[in-house]
Amino acid sequence: MTQLRRLFLAPAGVIMGVLFLVPLAIMLAYSFLTRGAYGGVTAEVTGDNYQRVFDPLYAAILLRTFVMAGTATLGCLVLGFPLALFISRAGPRKNLYLQLVILPFWTSFLIRTYAWMFLLRDTGLINSALLAAGLVHQPLPLLYNEGAVFVGLVYGYLPFVVLPLYATLERLDKNLLEAAADLGARPWVTLTRVMIPLCAPGFRAGALLVFIPCLGAYLTPDLLGGSKTVMVGNVIQNQFTTARDWPFGSAVSLLLMAIVMVLLMLLIRRGGEKLV
Amino acid sequence: MDLVLELQGVSKHYPTHQAVNEISFAVERGAFFALLGPSGCGKTTTLRLVAGFEEATAGDISLNGRSINQLKPYERNVNTVFQNYALFPHLTVRGNVEFGLRQQGADQLAKKVRDVLDLVQLSGKDDRFPAQLSGGERQRVALARSLVLQPDVLLLDEPLAALDPNLRKQVRGELKSLQRRVGTTFLFVTHDQEEALSLSDQIAVMNKGLLEQVGTPEDVYLRPRTRFVAGFLGAVNWIDGIGVRPEATRISRTADGERCISATVRSSVFLGNCFQVETVCRDGQCVVAEVPRLDGSFAPGEPVHLWWDPADELRL
Repeated sequence: MTQLRRLFLAPAGVIMGVLFLVPLAIMLAYSFLTRGAYGGVTAEVTGDNYQRVFDPLYAAILLRTFVMAGTATLGCLVLGFPLALFISRAGPRKNLYLQLVILPFWTSFLIRTYAWMFLLRDTGLINSALLAAGLVHQPLPLLYNEGAVFVGLVYGYLPFVVLPLYATLERLDKNLLEAAADLGARPWVTLTRVMIPLCAPGFRAGALLVFIPCLGAYLTPDLLGGSKTVMVGNVIQNQFTTARDWPFGSAVSLLLMAIVMVLLMLLIRRGGEKLV
Repeated sequence: MDLVLELQGVSKHYPTHQAVNEISFAVERGAFFALLGPSGCGKTTTLRLVAGFEEATAGDISLNGRSINQLKPYERNVNTVFQNYALFPHLTVRGNVEFGLRQQGADQLAKKVRDVLDLVQLSGKDDRFPAQLSGGERQRVALARSLVLQPDVLLLDEPLAALDPNLRKQVRGELKSLQRRVGTTFLFVTHDQEEALSLSDQIAVMNKGLLEQVGTPEDVYLRPRTRFVAGFLGAVNWIDGIGVRPEATRISRTADGERCISATVRSSVFLGNCFQVETVCRDGQCVVAEVPRLDGSFAPGEPVHLWWDPADELRL
């Protein structure tokens, strides 16, 4: 019986091992080696790669990444909750609206990010419209700054907040909202004291689904942020491409992963319930 | 008469059906008033209309003589005990009880909470969360949370339905004595006629969105105005258009008096305090009589005579 069980679990084990554990082990090994002259590594063991991450230059990028991911997550939650609430109250149109939320996924993320460039650049739709309307005389600097990265991240990850929040709102006992009104709570109080606290699991799940990918984002800051708004994802990408420093890239990746895992564990311990 | 709540020609129509149709009744201050009827009769809708969760299609609801039709639920001085209690799961017992007081901007919160928890015998459980309480305790929190606001009318939607059947009778007694102590007007919805009879001062019987009859428990049980009311409040034998309750139907072996009907016993079921004797009249009609245990039993096939006191007839 146990033999049979092992046999059936073997494919999953192989997939996990070959596609997950082995690459991770390779990265771990590389992160302690020295860079080769033309990429790759030379077998010289060192801990310098990890030390370099705490170099003020990279520490600042790491900090900026966390702040950016945090604000983008907050932006997603603030925008996503009213949207999820609206959809959960839309009656027969619910499914249509949910489809619309998911619709952007039908197009490549890259193309959608390019679309934002066309909207935000100096000769883009927004600036052209503002200039034509005479509201501004100089194009507004909308692209290649932190604001553009923020907009891009919020835009890209909004659905990941809307869906879990919608699921929580659907499960919410409507009697509780009536009970609040019955006890004298005006709609604003019902919203802030009853509805939002009861949606905490949805907020937590949504925040996690946005925050973690935002930490590793590189496409959005690369395209919308320009050279000034570098996030840690761009640093990693650079090490494996132009900089040809695989060991340092591995070290940064692993450190980022470690931080995410610690955050996740803290959150799960505090939340005490299943996420999503 | 000091009326606290009045409904006049209140209707609630949905696109697909008419939940409540032009019902009118008045509730006296301090009364224990029941809305009784089968499921889907409109009794819960009526309660929700009074609470303000639903808007009446027509008619007028007034509280203390003042129309409250236009008021939102949070503007009406009525509170609801929901069937599932609807306690806020993220708040403690204290948090739940304080919730309404905070909306009122009340002072002496701690004292008021303590007093009302004493009243419902939940002292010392202030810091528990609803999930840590038993069904009966949750119900008392729901009661405390509403009563602490001193509503003009407390609305209770099937307050006993969610409880364990064994607990129900005990809680019934507690609910009644609680109402007597606080003196708050209770308007409660139930489909259980025994519950309505044992608890209420007044019962409004509803059927298919219509109000069939309003009266004291004795009124609706002994003097029902419609066949529906007669049948809903208890079993009835309909003999030639006259209704007689099984406990008023007498059986004897010998014919005496002129009102006798001959019948044959079909079955006799021992119910502890009485026998439920099913008989068949000559015309094939089935008549059930409840015979006190001490009056002896009847065997199937035995010829008997049925009679009753004319005073016990249900006159519709």
